[in-house]
Amino acid sequence: MKKYSDIKGDTPVKDNIVVRLTDVDKNYGDNRIVKKISLDVSEGEFLTLLGPSGCGKTTTLRMIAGFETVTAGTILLHGEDVKDKKPNERDVNTVFQNYALFPHMNVRDNISFGLVEKKTPKAEIKKRVSEMLKLVRLEGMERRMPSQLSGGQKQRVAIARALVNRPSVLLLDEPLGALDLKLRKQMQSELKHLQQRLGITFIYVTHDQEEALTMSDRIAVMNDGVIEQIGTPREVYDTPKTKFVADFIGESNIIEGYSQNSGDGLMDIIFESGKAVVNGKGIDIDEMLYICIRPENLRITREPVPGFSIKGRVKEHVFVGSSTKTIIELVNGQELKAARTPDAELFNIGERVNVSWLPERAVVLHTKEDKLYDVIENNSASEMFKSFMREDGGNA
Amino acid sequence: MKKREFKPLSVLYACLAYTFLYLPIIVVIVFSFNTSKRNITFEGFTFEWYAEMLENEQLMQSFYNTLIVAFVSTAISVFIGTLCAVGLHRFEFKLKQLISDSLYIPIVIPELVMGIGLLVFFSSINVETSIYTLIISHVTFSMPFVVITVRSRIAGFDKSIEEAARDLGANELSTFMRVTLPMIAPGVVSGGMLALTLSLDDVVVSYFTAGPDSTTLPLKILGMVKKGVSPDVNALSTLMIVGTIAVMVFSQLIQRKMEKKNG
Amino acid sequence: MRKKLSNKLVQTVMIGPTVLWLLAFLLAPLIIVVGISFLTKNAHGGVNMPITLEAYKSMANLDYLMIFARSMWLAAETTILCLVFGYPLAAIIARSSKNVKPILVLMVMLPFWINSMIRLYGWMTMLRTEGIINTILLGIGIIDEPLAMLYTDGAVVLGMVYELLPFAVLPLYTSIEKIDPSLLEAACDLGAARRRSFMRVTLPLTMPGIFAGSIQTFIPALGLFYVSDMLGGGSSMYLGNLIKNQFLSARNWPLGAALSLLLIVITIVLMRLYTRVGKLDDIV
Repeated sequence: MKKYSDIKGDTPVKDNIVVRLTDVDKNYGDNRIVKKISLDVSEGEFLTLLGPSGCGKTTTLRMIAGFETVTAGTILLHGEDVKDKKPNERDVNTVFQNYALFPHMNVRDNISFGLVEKKTPKAEIKKRVSEMLKLVRLEGMERRMPSQLSGGQKQRVAIARALVNRPSVLLLDEPLGALDLKLRKQMQSELKHLQQRLGITFIYVTHDQEEALTMSDRIAVMNDGVIEQIGTPREVYDTPKTKFVADFIGESNIIEGYSQNSGDGLMDIIFESGKAVVNGKGIDIDEMLYICIRPENLRITREPVPGFSIKGRVKEHVFVGSSTKTIIELVNGQELKAARTPDAELFNIGERVNVSWLPERAVVLHTKEDKLYDVIENNSASEMFKSFMREDGGNA
Repeated sequence: MKKREFKPLSVLYACLAYTFLYLPIIVVIVFSFNTSKRNITFEGFTFEWYAEMLENEQLMQSFYNTLIVAFVSTAISVFIGTLCAVGLHRFEFKLKQLISDSLYIPIVIPELVMGIGLLVFFSSINVETSIYTLIISHVTFSMPFVVITVRSRIAGFDKSIEEAARDLGANELSTFMRVTLPMIAPGVVSGGMLALTLSLDDVVVSYFTAGPDSTTLPLKILGMVKKGVSPDVNALSTLMIVGTIAVMVFSQLIQRKMEKKNG
Repeated sequence: MRKKLSNKLVQTVMIGPTVLWLLAFLLAPLIIVVGISFLTKNAHGGVNMPITLEAYKSMANLDYLMIFARSMWLAAETTILCLVFGYPLAAIIARSSKNVKPILVLMVMLPFWINSMIRLYGWMTMLRTEGIINTILLGIGIIDEPLAMLYTDGAVVLGMVYELLPFAVLPLYTSIEKIDPSLLEAACDLGAARRRSFMRVTLPLTMPGIFAGSIQTFIPALGLFYVSDMLGGGSSMYLGNLIKNQFLSARNWPLGAALSLLLIVITIVLMRLYTRVGKLDDIV
């Protein structure tokens, strides 16, 4: 069993690349679905293509499987260009979104389909099918028809049907999308264990960020046909590189502002509703940027804390089971989400509070947008700030 | 609801309606066993007409013609119709909509016009009407039904099932034989049955396109009624009725079974 | 490139035969019919140049207009009777229990599978002067002398309704079955009496079925020449017989072709009317 936690996003292990995409484009007419994607997948890796629907992730997967042609760029499987290879000639297998089991064949015939195509000897087929059935825990179901199976069982048959061919890469297209939450969680860990045990490369497509975070060795976050970021789950969660990634993976508070030096390697970020402090590394003065803070890293206090505090008002508490989310409204109307542990103090609705965070907890995202002047103008309207406080005082 | 109070009336109505539908059929069957040569009153039970039917060469010839035309035209219709349905499902191309729409033309134009069209067509290319022209004509009106029936069956399933077969190493032919065909089989069977019955039942188109030696049974009956029909026609009709019903009931059973299996 | 080429080839092999078939045996004949309608008939029963509108002009003849009117009336009569008698039957089937429903539907379709000649022949046997209906009626003394039933216009209508009833019942059944019974219950709840709930809920909701049923009976009714041949004894002439005779006995092909085109035009007009209301697929 291999560990991939040491693989860094930008520097995958280069020696045993199974799938390599280089500048791959896919157009449907004038519609560019996939734009210049490059991606290396190592042997035994669990890579997830994560993104909203229509971002091109399924198209990318289908190009690797051979169902879609590549408009430009190359796809290499084991170093070999597969441009002219049909799906049946590629050493990859797919688990489809709606399972796509053959409705007229029982479980055994479904699983043995690929082996029969390869003219595998009967005894061998029998052996491998029963191995697979055992692996996916469907012993005794050989003769069932797909219509007699539950969603989870169908899913297992679909996986067994693909794995029995011992593909070097297994492609999974939202395989758990049709299952209910509990079953989905269970299948997630089953799939992960299966992958680790067999050491087969998985390329997994999903729009569910939680699923991606739980299962993957690496995640490629896609948006609008491009890979926005690729890295381990920790990397994409802790240090998102773009606003989209920060927004799409987990919950984020994103604040737009510009930088001013405050010494000690720190930077002040000035924004509409106040001032915050972040780590100054790599930030120029007067740079327009976003700060991204995870809800669990927001501190709420009644009194201002040393360093910096942003003034706000408690708007709402949302109970989400394991924790409570507190929504804080800032002066300019922007809302920040803070996750509160069950035993943390709950402030009253409407109460004035101070919001802050540890500078190292904030992730700074550089942006090319030049809205500097807007921010300064709005900020200079300190009248607005005063009126906000006055209004608030009246209520209390 | 007050359903119960009008139920006896419904039953009575249904009985009358079905009597209306089946009475002439029953009459034909009953008189095939009648000893009297004139189909007027039932005088006694006999199998005589069945024996006589076998002797009547012309009648038997028309019967064979009917069967040959029905089976050959059905086979052709099913073959090219199924190919077309699968092709229309699989490919996207410019004329696709036009082709699918024109498949409805043979269904909606009056049979009479189709029969006349084929008659003048064959005579303008100097082809004598024969059993071949008859088969061609029957394919023309029954094949669109096959295409439409099979297409409606294919439309119901997930395209990724065929992709799965390709993914698992099947080439195009193998995918068709092992996956597509078994899945559309119920549609092919019902399309074929429809083609078969349309052919067996056809009078109008056959009337214009059958040659003197290729008269079908329905045409034979139409020709004979004016001169008076002898009961051996009843006997043959009875056989055809029983045969048709048996084939239909059987095919319904198969289809239901296949559909159950395919889910 | 190679893949694209083989794809085109597969596509041609699959769809080509059907397209060629329709071009050769459907489109070409129809074009020839159109062509013939503009030609001149010759002495041998065939057609000659020159191009003329003679055939169309001769259609405007009082006899032909009478035949045309009579045919339209027969088709209308048939359609109305099929709907009136078919609707209750369709409703009964649609409301019957799950177990008997498929059997009842099958039983409506079954006669349609049996050759129409055989079934019409059955009617001839019954309607004859010495046929069983007269025999029974005479036997129980309702009538003193046999009724003349065969070879009357009434017999033709009967035969037409008999032939086309399933075509009306099946679409009616489909559309009645689609109605959610809770809608009728809702109508009852809202205080509509049963007759009113029929007029205001059931009937409007089944309009597509009624329309499909009408089209499916009216169009064939215009062309079914053999019913009037068998049961009407050829006593009154209809459009179908008229066209048929132009090609087979009278040997006036241009007139027959022109009349055929008239039939097609009527069909197209009706179909267009129908596709405005419903979908083409419902007809099949």
